[in-house]
Parts: sequence; structure tokens; C-alpha cells
Amino acid sequence: MIYDAVIIGAGHNGLVSACYLARAGLKVMVVEKNDWIGGAAVSRELYPGFTYSNCSYVSSLFRPEIMRDLELPRHGLQILPYEGGALFTEGGDYLGMFRNHEANRREIERHSPRDAEAYDRYARDVLRHCRFIRPMLLRTAADPASFRPRDIAELAWMGKQMFGLSEMAMYDMIRFWTMSIADFLDEYFENPAVKAYQAVASIIGTALGPMSPGTAYVLLHHAMGDVDGNVGAWGFSRGGMGSITKALSASLKAAGGEIRTGSGVERILVRNGRATGVVLENGDEVLGRRVVSNMDVKRTFLKHVEEAELPASFVKRVRNFKIRGSSGKLNIALDRAPRFTALPEGSPCMKGDMHFTDSIEKMELAYDDWKAGHYSRDPFQDMMIPTMIDPTMTPPGKHFMSCFIQYAPPKIEGNDWTDADRDAFADTVLNQIEAHAPGFKDSVLHYEVRTPRELEREVGLTEGNIFQGELTFDQLLFNRPVPGYAQYRSPIKDLWICGSSTHPGGGVMGAPGRNAAAEILRDIKTPKKDMSDAYAVL
Amino acid sequence: MKAEKTVRPDPRLHYLTPLRQTPFHARTSAANRLNSWGPWGGYTTVLEFEDLAMEHSAIRNSATVYDLCPMVKYRVSGPGAADYLNRLTVRNAAKLPVGAVHYTIWCDDAGKIIDDGTVFRLAGDDFRICCQERHLPWLLDSAIGFDVRVREETEDVAALSLQGPCSYAVLKAAGFDVAALKPFRMVTFPFDGGELMVSRTGFTGDLGYELWTTPDHALPLWDRLFEAGAPWGIRPIGTQALDIARTEAGFIITNLDFVPSHQAVREDRVRSPFEMALDWMIDWDKGHFTGRRALLEERAKGSQWAFVGLDIEGNVSAEQSIIYHDKKHEVGQITAACWSPTVKRNIALAYVKRPYHAGKSGNLWVEVYAMRELQYAKLMLRAEVCERPFFNPARRRATPPGMF
Repeated sequence: MIYDAVIIGAGHNGLVSACYLARAGLKVMVVEKNDWIGGAAVSRELYPGFTYSNCSYVSSLFRPEIMRDLELPRHGLQILPYEGGALFTEGGDYLGMFRNHEANRREIERHSPRDAEAYDRYARDVLRHCRFIRPMLLRTAADPASFRPRDIAELAWMGKQMFGLSEMAMYDMIRFWTMSIADFLDEYFENPAVKAYQAVASIIGTALGPMSPGTAYVLLHHAMGDVDGNVGAWGFSRGGMGSITKALSASLKAAGGEIRTGSGVERILVRNGRATGVVLENGDEVLGRRVVSNMDVKRTFLKHVEEAELPASFVKRVRNFKIRGSSGKLNIALDRAPRFTALPEGSPCMKGDMHFTDSIEKMELAYDDWKAGHYSRDPFQDMMIPTMIDPTMTPPGKHFMSCFIQYAPPKIEGNDWTDADRDAFADTVLNQIEAHAPGFKDSVLHYEVRTPRELEREVGLTEGNIFQGELTFDQLLFNRPVPGYAQYRSPIKDLWICGSSTHPGGGVMGAPGRNAAAEILRDIKTPKKDMSDAYAVL
Repeated sequence: MKAEKTVRPDPRLHYLTPLRQTPFHARTSAANRLNSWGPWGGYTTVLEFEDLAMEHSAIRNSATVYDLCPMVKYRVSGPGAADYLNRLTVRNAAKLPVGAVHYTIWCDDAGKIIDDGTVFRLAGDDFRICCQERHLPWLLDSAIGFDVRVREETEDVAALSLQGPCSYAVLKAAGFDVAALKPFRMVTFPFDGGELMVSRTGFTGDLGYELWTTPDHALPLWDRLFEAGAPWGIRPIGTQALDIARTEAGFIITNLDFVPSHQAVREDRVRSPFEMALDWMIDWDKGHFTGRRALLEERAKGSQWAFVGLDIEGNVSAEQSIIYHDKKHEVGQITAACWSPTVKRNIALAYVKRPYHAGKSGNLWVEVYAMRELQYAKLMLRAEVCERPFFNPARRRATPPGMF
């Protein structure tokens, strides 16, 4: 049996690619090393009756065009918008985030009347940047060095987007794409907590501090999604993030695709410069006319392809691709909801993202620990309790808490993480929460700790980098993952890449997987089926 | 009697009542028979008390009361206040006498309008700006280098608009004789142990006044007006009635007739004073003001848009309609429209591409989708550019004002 496409990894992008290819009539096989599917969009029951979102934990970026094309709602996908959020401040207060515009304004006003009136202009400017980039997400980046008509046409399209801007907007755009979030926020706000809350999204998953140039773009990367048209909004996937990949898997099977779990790829077969299939760890060969890797670019080319098959400069560039691990995760089963002393009883702020770092300076200090090769002693958290909204993940009255933690380096002072390091790291996090919610630790039934070590070992993310490569300007668009190979192709014929290492990058977005499928279908001159263009930005 | 003030013990609980109540809420809610509320500037405000047509007709016939509290107020004070306002706004604030008010606009560096509003000169170095949108960061940034203090004071002021041909008579009966008060002037009276400032301003294009006090005197002011005004049939009006009156008067509202430059997501939505027909107020000789260079350039080069009044055939109101030239080319859009009960014309405010406001205004049409029993009747109606205001009675300016 020779498949039309063998896809390595049943993560969301691999499955998205597989679905589109299967719908276009290709015979598709997805191979997955774990006994379960999902990659980093996965839900597992590690404590009886409790479903976790083990890696990714919230949804906003997943393209609605893909949800619709692949009929994911019919296969069980439901996205539930957040209801609030809170950043706890030293001294026992908090800065809340509310969906209601007036409540939100009055909350900021409580901390800074000036910033309350600055927020709208800030939101307007971020939205402007979102509107600029959104149409690029579902398009293959043009290769500026190529003279093929399609690249010239694509460059012309990009130029038109750019020259459609006023002079001032163009200045702002270039500054925004290169500046630090700290500098960007200083142009709008004065209050440390207001700034810290906005800075959250600019360092998540990134081995940079809020004062590092380039972090403003990371904010945009987290703001350009939407929940049903509400740009920048985030939500929970009902049943955990694994519901996204479960729905994709159901959609794939309905289209005739296959998934094989339990044995990872040992090696990608290359014959006469062409990929012809994979050899699994258990020795099985799965043959295909092409191989599509959902693994990150380093794992794909440095671990599963003979270097001899690749150009030296390509290998060097892949080696130099920045994919530094910066984060960890605690997934906690709770016997009862925590009681945060700063929050009023019944606050909607529990139904969203919560944070314990109340200034940019403290975030930067947390980053300093990472630079010194240690996890942050006073870490920055993006914590949430999806079961405040989602009734399906735990028994009634019990809760699942997801703590995304930054910073956590891939190695501790140059050495591999030990179990003792991992446990000490977890304690830092638990103690931080306990300080704001006394009694919290007593309510912990079970927790799963994922340092970069576990993220690499279990999920396959090199160094534990959640984006399969940092989202800095030098690694975006036609430079992602490496110059000359931004169009989902590789130096080996019929070996494709479709993961977050490719344009437009990380997050549970599905766009890389969709775009890779589009390129493959273009390559074999097969009409795309059920693949929509990006919705128009009016 | 003092106003009953509800003080929430926990300032964190604002989200339980995201819309504020104005200091007149006890009275407006009692009078709001239709329970018709809408949000405005963070407050819950009455859209219609009991009968839209009666409320509008009262504006033109007797005396009406409108709760103005959600208007955003900033206090600008200090030795540099007049210089500051001269740099901020396009009119000459230094020429504004103490005790006078003027309508003005302020622009960004590109000469696009940020907002319009009224500036009250309360004392030589003490001004109040009253406007629709919030601008504190802009006002503070603009204050760099000026000896001036800028403070937001929306919640410190309770204001009512008393409008209609009998408004002078009602004020007089209430004990405030403003016979000598000219348009755009103000006067202060002692009231209820505090003060009441009366300005001859308004948003109806008719005889009218705006009454300014502090929240603790709000309810007594309301009660005094309604007691004194009973013989004239004084009644509260909601925003919908006012909207008809302001359209008749040709007045614009920020975010309804133009998008303020600090909020426009789409860069082409912003408008200059020329494009909103507000260039008449620019004082080119007062020295530098924000946006001046860009506006000088626009004056020389010409503008893209014009803002006009339209007279539309028939009696079907044309809200939000697209305007066509020769029934084919889109040249603009209506921002406000109504059948005017006062002038018996089908009127509208609109932006149109130049030169369709003047030279090529001869062949304009508006496309109206008139919903009639769940079915649209699609109409193409002839529209003519006409003079604003549509309604401009002599009683609006008469000093002393008439008693009816």
C-alpha cells in the first residue's frame, strides 16, 4: 500500500493538512508516536473523572475558515468565550478584565483614570495591526528572491496591503513589528498593572522578556484571533483542547483518512532525493508518494533525515533556527474552586485568564532567571480554570486548573532537568497561587508538571518551545522557518513541512497545516476541495 | 431636600451595575413609562419616556427637560488655560469673554477632527470643556509645556437641558430671570444652598438653556423646574425626540455623523473641519494650533468630502442610505435623517464626495429600503442639497426672549 501522503504527527496542523488532502481525494495516513492523538492540542484523563488540557489550554487563533471547511462543529467542536480575567496586584487588590466595555473602563479607572481613557485608542491601534496581518495568515508567504509569477504576484499583493496604509500608519507598522512591548505600552499607559496585563500576551511562549525588541509582535500574534468575530477574544474548547483534534480526527475519518498511533517515526525514507515514506520505531514501513511532517523543523531535519541528503547551508540554518524553550505547565485537579482573597465573591474574573505578576519589571526579572539558566523564582503565570465555564471536564463542584508558567529553560544551569528540579519548579508555582488563595494547596488532588523536558519528550517539541520556533521578525513570513523554504517545501523532493515552524507560526491556529495542504495540492495540480480563502476584512 | 446618594461600599463591585445612573435617575426612572433605556457614555439614559411624537412636539411647542449628565466634562484651569485651549482647539479661546460659551472642535496633527464640544469660560483662567467622547490622555499630552491643570469632572456636574419656546417663561417662574441673557452667555444663581449656572445653549436649534449644578442639588432642580413648568406642560424628553430636533437644527453628533480620529480603525473614515463644514470656526490668525499646518495644506489643495443637508422627495425617511449620482455612482451616505414634523420636509444630514455637494449636486438620489409589513419597498428618491439648519426660528435668538 502506497499512500498519497504520509503525515508525521497527529497534532492539529498535521490533522488539518490530512483533512484537506483527504477531501481533495488523496489517500492519507497520519502516523503518531503516542498512543493518543492531539500533539499539543490534547486532553487526557490523568486523574479519574478529570479531563485536562495538557498542553495548549485556550483557543482564539484557530481559523474559523478551517472549522467551517472541515465541518468541525458537526464533529463536536464547540468554542466557549471567556467571561473575564484578573491580574492580582501586590497589596491584595486586582485589576480585572470585563467583557462589558463600561465595566472594563471603570475597572481601569479604579487604577488610573488616565489609562481608562487611553484604553480605547490602544485597542484601536492593536486592532489596526490585526487587520493588516489577518489576510496574510491563510496565504503562502511570497519568496522575495524568486521571479516566479506567483511570487511576484504575491509580493505585489503584500505591497498593496502596505501601500494602502498612510505614511503614519506605515511608520507605526514598522515600529510595532520591531519594538519591545514595554516601549509600546509606555506610549499609551502609566499604570504598572495595566501595562503588565497587556504585556502578558507578548511574552507567552517566547524566550524574550517584555523589554526585548520584537515582543510587541508577539502580542499581535495573540490578539489577531477571534471568537466569532470578536477579534482578540479567547475561549475554551468545550471538553478541553483535545476536542479540537478529536473533531479533526473525526472529520479526517469521515473523509476517508487513516490515523495510526503508538509508534513514532524513526526515519524518513529518502530515495534518489525524494521522500518515499517513513520507517516507524517498531520497524514498520509506511510508504507514501510524499511525506508531510508536522514535527518542528529541527526535529524533522536534524533527527529524522540523514544530513547527507540536505544542503549544508540548509542544515546550518535549521540548526540556528531559534526554538528556545521558555515555558512550563502545571495541570491541576482541584477538589474545590480556589478562593482568591482579592476577588469579590462570584466574580466573573475567575472565568478567564489570571496572573500574579503586576509589573513589567517583575516580568523582566523573571526573564533574568531564565537567562541565568534557571526557572523563574517568581514566575509569571497565565492561569485559568476552564471548568468555571466548561461543565464537561470534571465532576460537578470540582475543577481543573491550567497554569502556563514562564520562564522555564530547556536546561537547568546547563544540566538536564532532574525530577527534583521539576518538583521544586512545581512548588514555586503552587506557592505563588497559595499566596493569593489561602487553602488552595489543600484542595489539590493531583497535578501534572511539564517542564521543557516533558514537553520535548512527550509532545516532541524541541526544547519545549510551544510555537515550534520563536515568533521574532527574523523568523516570520518568508523567513519562516528558514529563508528559501517558507513555502512548506524542503530541499528533499516530496518532503513537506506543515507545523508551526512554518508561516504563520504557532498557536492552535491550523493555518500552517491548511497552507501546506494548499501548496501540496497546487504542486500536484489537484483542485482544492472545501478550502476557503480567508474571510474578507471589511 | 438633599439628593439621596447611593454609595456602594465596595468600589470593586462596579461590574454589577456597569452602566452608571445619573444624579437625576430617581426622577427619570419614575417618568420613564415605557421603561425605554439606552447606554450613553457609560450611563443608562432614557430613549423615550412615553410618546416620541409628543416629546418632540413639546420641544417646538412648550418646554422640555433632557438629562445631559453623560456629556463628558473636563476642567481646564491655570494661568496658561487660554493659551492651552488656543493650541488645542481651532477657535480663539482668548477672545472668549468670561461668562461666555463657544462651540468648537479640536483636531489631531493631521487636521482630522478628534471631537466637537462647548467651551465655557467660567473665570479668566478657568474653563470647562463639554464633549461627547473621552480624551484625557490627549488633553494631558497637549498640556505639556503649559501652566495648566486638566481634570476630568463628569461626575461632579449634574446638568439638564431646558429647551423649547416656553423655556424662558419656565425659568422665570422657577425664580431664575434670564431676560438679559444672550445666546452663548451664562449666569449663575444661588440655588438650594449651592449654585446653579444657566447657559443659553442647547442642541435643539430653538430657544433653550442648559442648567448646571452639582449632583447634590440635582433632584431639587428637577423638582423646581417641573413645579414651575406645569402651567406650560413641561415634560421630560428622551434621546429619540432630541435626535429629531437636532437633525432639524442641523447639528452633528460625534460617532453618528463622523468617526473621531482617535477611534477610527479604518484610516479613511476620519474627517477634517472642511469636510464637516466646520472650517468657519478656524481662527487662522491666532497663531499655531494643533492641525494648523495640515489644514492650511488642505485649504490650498482642496478636500475630499463635504457635509451637507439634504431635502429628499416624498415622506419616507432615509436613515443610513447610500447616495448615488445619476442613480449609478455611489457618492456618499446619509448619517442622520427624519421626516421633520416641524418643517414638513423629508430631511437628512450626509457626507458626499466633492464636488457632488455643489457643482455636481444636480442629480443626486438616495436608495431607501422601506420596511412595510416584513417586506422592503426599494425606493430611489431624488435628493437636493439644501441649506442647514432646516429649522431656525427667530425666537431662538430674541433677547429678551418671548414668553411663549
